[in-house]
Amino acid sequence: MTTDTAVEPASPGSDGSKVLQRDRVVIRFAGDSGDGMQLTGDRFTSETAAFGNDLSTLPNFPAEIRAPAGTLPGVSSFQLHFANYDILTPGDRPDVLVAMNPAALKANIADLPQGGVLIVNTDEFTKRNLAKVGYETNPLEDGSLTEKYQVHAIPMATLTRTALEETGLSKKDAERAKNMFALGLLSWMFHRPSESTERFLREKFAKKPEIAEANILAFRAGHNYGETTEAFAVTYEVAPAKLAPGTYRQITGNTALAYGIVAAGRVTGLPVFLGSYPITPASDILHELSKHKNFGVTTVQAEDEIAGVGAALGAAFGGALGVTTTSGPGISLKSETIGLAVALELPLLVIDVQRGGPSTGLPTKTEQADLLQAMFGRNGEAPLPIIAPASPGDCFDAAIEAATIAVKYRTPVILLSDGSLANGSEPWKVPDVESLPSVDPGFATEPNAPDGSGEFWPYLRDEQTLARPWAVPGTPGLEHRIGGLEKADGRGSISYDPDNHDKMVRLRAAKIANIPVPDVVVDDPDGDAELLVVGWGSTYGPIGAGCRRVRALGHSIAQVHLRNLNPLPANLGEVLSRYKRVLVPEMNLGQLALLLRGRYLVDAHSYTKVAGLPFKAEELQNLFLDHLSGVRA
Amino acid sequence: MTAIDLGLPRLGGLDGVPTTDEKQTAKDFTSDQEVRWCPGCGDYAILAAVRQFMPSLGVKRENTVFVSGIGCSSRFPYYMNTYGMHSIHGRAPAIATGLAVSRPDLSVWVVTGDGDALSIGGNHLIHALRRNVNLKILLFNNRIYGLTKGQYSPTSEQGKITKSTPYGSVDYPFNPVSLALGAEATFVGRALDSDRASLTAVLKAAAEHRGTALVEIFQDCPIFNDGSFDLLRKPDTKDQRLISVTHGEPIRFGPPLDDGKGAYAVVREGFGLGIAKADEVDEADIVVHDQTDHNLAFALSRLSDQDLNHTVVGIFRSVERPTYDDAVRAQVEQAKKDKPADLQALLNGQDTWTVVG
Ligand code: SF4
Repeated sequence: MTTDTAVEPASPGSDGSKVLQRDRVVIRFAGDSGDGMQLTGDRFTSETAAFGNDLSTLPNFPAEIRAPAGTLPGVSSFQLHFANYDILTPGDRPDVLVAMNPAALKANIADLPQGGVLIVNTDEFTKRNLAKVGYETNPLEDGSLTEKYQVHAIPMATLTRTALEETGLSKKDAERAKNMFALGLLSWMFHRPSESTERFLREKFAKKPEIAEANILAFRAGHNYGETTEAFAVTYEVAPAKLAPGTYRQITGNTALAYGIVAAGRVTGLPVFLGSYPITPASDILHELSKHKNFGVTTVQAEDEIAGVGAALGAAFGGALGVTTTSGPGISLKSETIGLAVALELPLLVIDVQRGGPSTGLPTKTEQADLLQAMFGRNGEAPLPIIAPASPGDCFDAAIEAATIAVKYRTPVILLSDGSLANGSEPWKVPDVESLPSVDPGFATEPNAPDGSGEFWPYLRDEQTLARPWAVPGTPGLEHRIGGLEKADGRGSISYDPDNHDKMVRLRAAKIANIPVPDVVVDDPDGDAELLVVGWGSTYGPIGAGCRRVRALGHSIAQVHLRNLNPLPANLGEVLSRYKRVLVPEMNLGQLALLLRGRYLVDAHSYTKVAGLPFKAEELQNLFLDHLSGVRA
Repeated sequence: MTAIDLGLPRLGGLDGVPTTDEKQTAKDFTSDQEVRWCPGCGDYAILAAVRQFMPSLGVKRENTVFVSGIGCSSRFPYYMNTYGMHSIHGRAPAIATGLAVSRPDLSVWVVTGDGDALSIGGNHLIHALRRNVNLKILLFNNRIYGLTKGQYSPTSEQGKITKSTPYGSVDYPFNPVSLALGAEATFVGRALDSDRASLTAVLKAAAEHRGTALVEIFQDCPIFNDGSFDLLRKPDTKDQRLISVTHGEPIRFGPPLDDGKGAYAVVREGFGLGIAKADEVDEADIVVHDQTDHNLAFALSRLSDQDLNHTVVGIFRSVERPTYDDAVRAQVEQAKKDKPADLQALLNGQDTWTVVG
């Protein structure tokens, strides 16, 4: 089992088994997409959060709703990393792999390091199922696994069925609860509290109490199996992490974004209006916001992506906080309307949960390849602010920050999340609502013409922010027309004047460029690093973990993480120039590196991977070590 | 169709929009922008009619919004001294939907053309109609792309020679009224740009209708499609062709007979409608217009296609159906009543734990 420190001597557990102390553990639940692995992982995560470990999760599921049962494309998995200290990633490789069928074993076994714990549901290892995934012999019997791993072969379906005999459930229904058997067993192995799971099951199946009871029985059966059989000689303890004081909960990026949007409505005092079209993996934000109408949140499921953003922009014209959410090709469809919002200079929050592309690409996998599209993906010079959250919990703050900028500067803002943030989770220190800022949208109420004519000039800018007035319909005396045609500076009537156009293009650019964003903070604990690693978005965790590992080996390395991609922090150029080498790892083909090179003439080294999965800490550790020797050479 | 009773009160199209007792005139609705359509363009007549008709609604000018897409017609908002947005091609119904849903105190008008509404924006049009958002959509149909200087449109007749179809268009056109009815529109009307009185009557009924009202306006583009509706204008041809319908009245048209009504009548013919000489049929066989009869409305829309043989104007359909925007707002209001907006509780969720320092 992975550990960052020396293994403590085993102490006897209450049931006589040995208890080993661990700093951190990575568990992966893998099964058929019909086996309920995501739910199992979620529950284990909740138990772990309640116990007080720091944690990070990585769900990984197929794009198909139900791929053929027992096949490799149908494998769904959930990885959870938990520790007694603050961790940054969902973990590279599992210490414990739970495989519910041969396909899950085949798809995941390569990731299990030698000596790892492998828990297998033997009931699914039939000739037919083995053949389906190309096993010629049963790997549980041919010795290939026992040589390398600590194998626990358990007929989970049979044991679950036996435990549920009294309930009168059909064989099929009873066996369905085998994921809860697995959860019970793992909960026992890692000393997880189980009350919350039992409570959860009772609530989830409130309308079908017999199913709730069956699941609870299966859960307890798994627990008891661990306790009573001799097969498991040891259990493991991972002590709670020392997190900053406060109230915590577990949260995914999509939920945090939805909450951030609700909070942004409170912060700006504006009613939230979401126009959206279902698309993976952004739909959960639509689902979540649709539940919170009591906060004055309006959600419109539009006829398409274009209508989603169009409706949000229409609502913004009317004085609402207009929001649209999308992913993948959806952001392409919205481009024209976002361009209109740039021209209209109206607040609009555009959330892009990046996924694998191009085109439909990899709907359920993560990627960071929309950065340049967010920067430049509109006709004409159409700059807008871009913000990328660094972790699931950070999605909350990023949403508030993006909305605040949108309202203050009357501009569309793109928030770039991604698939791993959207579905990944971590403990989140719940903010105190009282401490949220308050932003006055400052609607125009009076005519403003400088010539004293009593007219309203919709494009007369605030001298400091360069923002134009936001006059909403219903305000007497401020009737005005806006549109996509170029407007005369100030007065706002249609203008084809060449000089005016040049001026307006520059004014729009200056407005965005001058938005104050926080300086970057360099993480360089030794203070003498020569290699600076620059990241953005969800790579914060893996890059940070890679840096820690390199530092633990005695090297100095500096890390900078960008949340504001446009405008970039004012001190970034100076920071970049301080280091001998700048390295930019990204889950695309070097988009941020291109921007940094163009903007700062810095010789940024690009490291890229677009495999649909987050970077691994080990991979980055090796990368950093290579570059460290490069600096010294 | 089973109607769902959402428990919403019956409302008119302008309920909720602040009214004014101040006398308003067409001039008040005229912006300072110089109107820049081609001389002789049918859009002038429509603009004049709308400016003159708006004051009769008695709602505050600042609570009136015109949203348009792209095309000659879509310049319209610039010329109205109300709030307005000249948006992007085809998307006005979507943008207006967001505005109408979030602002029940506004009278929201969409101005669009045959290319804007039926080609690039077809999807938004049918969904606005289906949802029945409280919007008034004025579709200026000139059967041509004017702004891009003369290509055929989705309402151009087959065989039309244009810049993009030098050998004649092989495209089959839409019938906008049939399309709207097929999209479950609750109000569909049609008028000629030059017929101020009937255009105004249809517009007024549209304004008072709660829900999406589609008004197709035949509009002449003298530059690229000159005289396309002349058959309905010229005294020698219009009598045989133009059928003006009024709810509750027998459908008669053409030069009047001794009874003061038209020489021709619309009669049932199989599953559809046909034309007969009024004095040659039994009076009971003459169709009485019923604007709540969906099938009749559709059959009326099929009386002619592009040839303008028998062209119905007036209100094809006007029925009540709960509007999307009212229902959306009602859900929000209900949720606010049922559950306090406790943000801290939302953020905390069900499972929190506390770390003490
Ligand atoms: S091109 Fe035709 S439709 Fe356009 S303004 Fe000129 S006349 Fe009117």
